[in-house]
Amino acid sequence: MAELQQTAMKKPVRAFRLGLFSRLPVNTKIAIGLALVLIVILLSLCAPWLTPYDPNANDLNNVLQKPSVKHWFGTDNFGRDIFTRTLYAGRIDLQIGIVAVVVPLIAGSVIGLFAGYFGGWFNILMMRLVDVMISFPFMVLIIAIISILGPGLMNMYIAIFLVGWTSYARIVRGEVLVVKQQEYILAARSIGYGHGRIIFRHILPNVISPAIVFAMSDVVLCILTGASLSFLGLGVQPPAAEWGAMISEGRSYIINAWWISTLPGLAIIVTGLGFSLLGDGLAEKIENQS
Amino acid sequence: MEILRVHFILQRLIQLIPVVFGISIVSFLIIHLIPGDPASIMLGSRATPENVQQLTAQMGLDKPLYDQYLIFLQNLVQGDLGKSILLKQSVNTLISERLGTTFFLVMYASVLSLLVSIPIALWSAMKKDSLLDNGFRTLSIFGLAMPSFWIGILLMLLFSIKIKLFPVSGYGKNFIGHLYYLFLPALTITCSLAPVLVRPLRSKIINVFSSEYIEAARARGLKEHQIILNHVLRNAISGTVTILGVNIGWLLGGSIVIETIFSVPGLGQLLINSILSRDYPIIQGLVLVFAILVIVVNLLTDLCYAWLDPRVDLE
Amino acid sequence: MQPILEVDSLKVVLQTKQRTIHAVNNVTFHVRTGETVGLVGESGSGKSITCRSILQLLPTPQGKVVGGGIRFAGKDLLSYSKKQMQELRGREIGMVLQDPMSSLDPVYRVGEQLVETLRTHTKISKKDAWQKAVELLRLVGIPSPEKRVHDYPHQMSGGMRQRVMIALAICCDPKLLLADEPTTALDVTVQDQVLSLMKEIQQRLGMAILIVTHNLGVVAEMCDRVVVLYAGKVMETAATSDLFQTPRHAYTLGLIHSVPRIESEEKLEGIPGTLPDMSHAIKCCPFRERCSFATSECSFDEHTQLKEVAPGHWSACFHHERVCTQA
Repeated sequence: MAELQQTAMKKPVRAFRLGLFSRLPVNTKIAIGLALVLIVILLSLCAPWLTPYDPNANDLNNVLQKPSVKHWFGTDNFGRDIFTRTLYAGRIDLQIGIVAVVVPLIAGSVIGLFAGYFGGWFNILMMRLVDVMISFPFMVLIIAIISILGPGLMNMYIAIFLVGWTSYARIVRGEVLVVKQQEYILAARSIGYGHGRIIFRHILPNVISPAIVFAMSDVVLCILTGASLSFLGLGVQPPAAEWGAMISEGRSYIINAWWISTLPGLAIIVTGLGFSLLGDGLAEKIENQS
Repeated sequence: MEILRVHFILQRLIQLIPVVFGISIVSFLIIHLIPGDPASIMLGSRATPENVQQLTAQMGLDKPLYDQYLIFLQNLVQGDLGKSILLKQSVNTLISERLGTTFFLVMYASVLSLLVSIPIALWSAMKKDSLLDNGFRTLSIFGLAMPSFWIGILLMLLFSIKIKLFPVSGYGKNFIGHLYYLFLPALTITCSLAPVLVRPLRSKIINVFSSEYIEAARARGLKEHQIILNHVLRNAISGTVTILGVNIGWLLGGSIVIETIFSVPGLGQLLINSILSRDYPIIQGLVLVFAILVIVVNLLTDLCYAWLDPRVDLE
Repeated sequence: MQPILEVDSLKVVLQTKQRTIHAVNNVTFHVRTGETVGLVGESGSGKSITCRSILQLLPTPQGKVVGGGIRFAGKDLLSYSKKQMQELRGREIGMVLQDPMSSLDPVYRVGEQLVETLRTHTKISKKDAWQKAVELLRLVGIPSPEKRVHDYPHQMSGGMRQRVMIALAICCDPKLLLADEPTTALDVTVQDQVLSLMKEIQQRLGMAILIVTHNLGVVAEMCDRVVVLYAGKVMETAATSDLFQTPRHAYTLGLIHSVPRIESEEKLEGIPGTLPDMSHAIKCCPFRERCSFATSECSFDEHTQLKEVAPGHWSACFHHERVCTQA
């Protein structure tokens, strides 16, 4: 009876995850996430054909216009169309989401691979470094690095990279330590394969999926971080259109023109939602497979 | 038990030595990695050759790097973080004046987040898979996708500008004043933090509800509210404390942005102002203090966890 | 003597999204004051569900009593409100669960859990409750109870914890003790100690015990009477010695043969096959597909009703006489 009862009690307690979407099959979740992400990508790439305005053209006859049929998101204090700027800003923000994740992913994974595979002083050094880096609030460290390098998109990338690789190195190293002991790696070594071949052909494919799953959620984090830094004036500099910077610019007009600061935020939410769903779906898929 | 606890703390402290050492190096390097001559960059437009020379001598920037590091360490051990260039005040004073504010904000936000997450998680767990549960879960993904500075501006727009319920900025003079002035900043952080807490808390509560000791508690004839408060929540809460502790770095980082929005005179605001005025000694001191805060909070979290869950072996 | 517990044609279903399991079908039995009754069967036979439905502790939201009655001390328990049930549990009816390792709340000292239970059911000061807790631990044979009362569950062994569970179950002098596989999770050496403790306490407090178990050894040691369950139905019920000497149901016979005995040279016989599908109510002998006695009569409801085949000996087996002679 006990078993029966347990099975009865353990009625689908699906590991929580994502609200309403958790009811959806994994593939639907991935599909919705992918659709949202693709929509954001398409909208930002096709911006020139979707709107008649120039994102940086001032129009002093049309400043601080409310959202209307002509200007969907209204205009800002220079008369620039906010909807247009939001579309164009997507280019930078998506770039941040990708560059700030892919570069640390590659560098961190390589460091993790070598540290885990060879061990020794390199491993100790790297892991101590990781320990030190993660004791800093990562935002504080990034801000401190930008304070040295000076504000700007490129320096923001460097700062995020210098901090971001640590997570990947840790994840990959942990996986390598497990995989290293498996039969097939021992076999590959006994055949006399070179280290390079073993690391990249045999270990890498088996350790990379957790790092990629983490990267998917990291995309959201990086877009939010990039927007926050730009919001603080440390990232993308005006007049370039970037969601965080746009929200920051609108703050002075919050009393009279609420739309400048609030509406670009919707773009961040849609993008964040898309990547979250995508990452979550992928994570579940990989979980189910293993 | 007490001896064990002291032993445990000592052990943790010893483990921390290399990390603290590393932290001191990273903070030390902040001034010395500035491309070009640190003194003239720090002085900016005020840089006359005499000024530069004076500052260089004052900060010992002409000495070899390891000498400088030793001096830095020596000062650090004595609790001296140096002197601000622009504000002409000791960094210690500047930071200690604002530390309380940031601490208050972070604690306030944590307590508020717990006050919001516990009932929601409990409710969702008890009505698992209901419309309400799904509603809360959907809300929480949105919460996670929303940038905190955007939430802050939205809340400010709603509660300070449209309906003038809370002040736009400031800190207040006494405890009640702090609570009032920091409500919107704390609420902003809560909007991002609560979703992070609700998810694991909900699944933990579901887990505890189906455990044998809850069934046994029912069989003993305990009242349902006794079971929920004393047994379910009590068992589910320890994990949440850990999650809160793990997120302290993120919380402190987030408070920088929130303090900027609501002009809260805390460490975050000091950091941003110092960056804008290139006051590197303050930046250096702040980076160090933030890291130490994270370490201390993590240590406290471990202790708190051990205190909440008697099964944790302190050794 | 008037039975303290009467279960009458109890029907319980477990409803999941996919299907409905008829876990308990027309189960009838009673327990008299001071008596120990065993509810025996293999896993899935409905014995645990029957036991839990007495305290209305069925798994929620799946479990549901759909028919029959449960009377305790003459009162209909199924008509009790949630609050009445809560007050009854622990005070009038105590319960010991299977796994002592996970049945105590890990974050409270055992004393705190005893005090909590005592103070929920009786008006007693904190100080007196602690005093009582120490006495209870002494009663269940825990050495130096003044000290152990401050222990956390994880500081105790499995046997000790089961003693604490017993202390918790009897702390308010219940009239009936339900024990759901009380020894299954324990070491063999500890099992005997716990069983004799339960006997001892029964003699001292004069309560009735209902033991749910799959272990015939436990039945032989503890029970005055036995109720054999299979697939949610009562197969046979009789006094313990009667049942072991002259089983009158093919299933009981199989059960007895599947118990290893040291003195016997016989080859151990298991019962081939598995439990029938319980997603519909079974209107025949549920054991017939695994039974070597089975004939066409066994497929008819009217031939497989529980009936008194000897004084105080009830069986649902059509072939009870053949079984009796074979045993």
